[in-house]
Amino acid sequence: MVTETHKPIDCYLRIDRMPHIWCAGCGIGMATHSFVRGIERAGLDADKVAVVSGIGCTGRVAGYVKFDSFHTTHGRALPFATGLKLGNPELNVVVFSGDGDIAAIGGNHLIHSARRNMDMTVICVNNFNYGMTGGQMGPTTPLEARSTTSPYGNIEYPFNLPYLAAASGAVYVARWTVLHLQQLERSIAEALVKPGFSFIEILSPCPPVYGRMNKRSKGIDEMHHYQGKSIVRNGADPKEVDITFDGPIIVGKFVDIERTPFWERQKKLLAKVHEKKQA
Amino acid sequence: MSGESKEGLLSGEFFMNGDEACAEGAIAAGCRFFAGYPITPATEVAERMSERLPQVGGVFIQMEDEIASMNAILGASWAGVKSMTATSGPGFSLMMENLGLGVMLETPCVVVDIQRAGPSTGLPTLVAQGDMMQARWGSHGSYEIIALVPSSPQEIYDLTITAFNLSERYRVPVLVMSDEAVGHMSEKVEIHHVEAGSLILRKKPRVPPEQYQPYKPDKDLIPPMAIAGEGYRFHVTGLTHDERGYPAMNAEAHDRLVRRLVDKIRVNRKDIIKCEEVDTKDAEIIVCAYGITARIARRAVQEARSEGIRAGLLRPITIWPFPEERIRELARKAKAFVVPEINYGQIVFEVERCAGGKAKTVLVPNMGGSVHRPEIILEAIREAVPGKNGN
Repeated sequence: MVTETHKPIDCYLRIDRMPHIWCAGCGIGMATHSFVRGIERAGLDADKVAVVSGIGCTGRVAGYVKFDSFHTTHGRALPFATGLKLGNPELNVVVFSGDGDIAAIGGNHLIHSARRNMDMTVICVNNFNYGMTGGQMGPTTPLEARSTTSPYGNIEYPFNLPYLAAASGAVYVARWTVLHLQQLERSIAEALVKPGFSFIEILSPCPPVYGRMNKRSKGIDEMHHYQGKSIVRNGADPKEVDITFDGPIIVGKFVDIERTPFWERQKKLLAKVHEKKQA
Repeated sequence: MSGESKEGLLSGEFFMNGDEACAEGAIAAGCRFFAGYPITPATEVAERMSERLPQVGGVFIQMEDEIASMNAILGASWAGVKSMTATSGPGFSLMMENLGLGVMLETPCVVVDIQRAGPSTGLPTLVAQGDMMQARWGSHGSYEIIALVPSSPQEIYDLTITAFNLSERYRVPVLVMSDEAVGHMSEKVEIHHVEAGSLILRKKPRVPPEQYQPYKPDKDLIPPMAIAGEGYRFHVTGLTHDERGYPAMNAEAHDRLVRRLVDKIRVNRKDIIKCEEVDTKDAEIIVCAYGITARIARRAVQEARSEGIRAGLLRPITIWPFPEERIRELARKAKAFVVPEINYGQIVFEVERCAGGKAKTVLVPNMGGSVHRPEIILEAIREAVPGKNGN
């Protein structure tokens, strides 16, 4: 039996704010747990970690983690985080938000932050719908899935988020479900120390709304669904990892490449201008 | 003598346009982060910043839109860096939601609006003053904001420094509401060496992290501000929050918070509000004009005086909070306020409200695209004289 010893994770959480607002069976708590374990595993100085969230269920993560943390506006966590990082490059900046926040209203910021290879880690919890507002379809809702605004089944193609992030320039891209605790924790730790733009998609159940609308109304049923359908394929081509309503779900680390991060280039620019002035 | 120190700071006399002077004012005020998106007629602010900020060790970034620009300057401010963005009408509209975030998080930063004629795309290259009410009310909810209105390149330089000082002092985004005419007008700008000690900086926490509450105000209603990365491990949210910064979803907490956000500006309005007055002492006709329009109004007032009309000029330099006490005082003696502005009536309603029926209020509108001709304002002054037209 493998045993791991961890310091209590309480020091990374705002225990005075518990209980949290997430529903029974929701996966965001597990994602948050994996995140703080990832911080610990990466050996980061907690005083230098800043977490930025947008709006929605996952947007509440910033309020429960004991780092400098910012609960901003819908979709805007990424540009806020960009300013934070460029204001103090020593910060390890993490954006933790949901699929609607990051890929719909904030989609433009996602592709541009990835394009710049901005030094930050984006953790996107994908529960396939807008949970907080009661289960509307969104940019990740699979075709045919029901939601409160697609009562006859969704007719829009969803985004394949790893493909979108990779195509836009992310240097680290992974996808796990909340049940892949070990792999997820490892991926988060890797992403946190990876220079440049990292993107991790975490698939999470949303039993009271998405689950209920799609006949997986118990959290455990939805988790088993994702677990049962998951196929680990590290290094898979992100183009090939589309998620369908009932098909297999490819998980794994898809991208881990080198590309000069934004701050590296900015530092060079500053040095160049400084030299020119001295000359 | 004009020159540049080895730190990259300018001093001396320069010939530059208002947009460039705005950028130089920001640099002199210690601004070291600019995020923006190209838009006429504010682009020159961004261009100047992209050249100048690296020379003083600062960071310029061109964002994907104005929403991102506004958020980026908030983020940079929370990292402890003075930050600014500059835009015009369409971009200003996009910034409104997150200007509200800046108000709610009490984030010092400066937003410059080089106004052009709207609505919508309007006249991108031509002057207007149509965003004055948007500056006051553009974001949803109840709040107070500070907005300054420069009349010349020299003044946009000076007021950009003032804007940073006010934003740091009151922990609120401060707006510089300029316009295309001032932005694109080139004049002499005197750049004095600004002593670092003369600049106002936000209050820092005076307690250890475990005792720190991000929204526990001092007696002046302004809470000391921690910045990210210094071990305070604070939380802030755009939700209604308590002194700990934690969400507080009830009417009492909201009442307490909104009152403080508003009152911290209102109770200090005497410190914030600045006006220039010309010949108002005995004036029976007071022209209330701001920005570029005040320069034209000044000539109209002079000509009216030469015709024997007791006219004066009140030029609000601070437009928000509005100089209502001064207008009230003047309304007791004056017969009429003449309000020329490059819109179809915005500030005139504020003047009318403050005049409270004691003096007549006359709008001299201009839809935008050009400034008023002085004779239009002069004619309005003549018309406002009691006894004219059966007055």
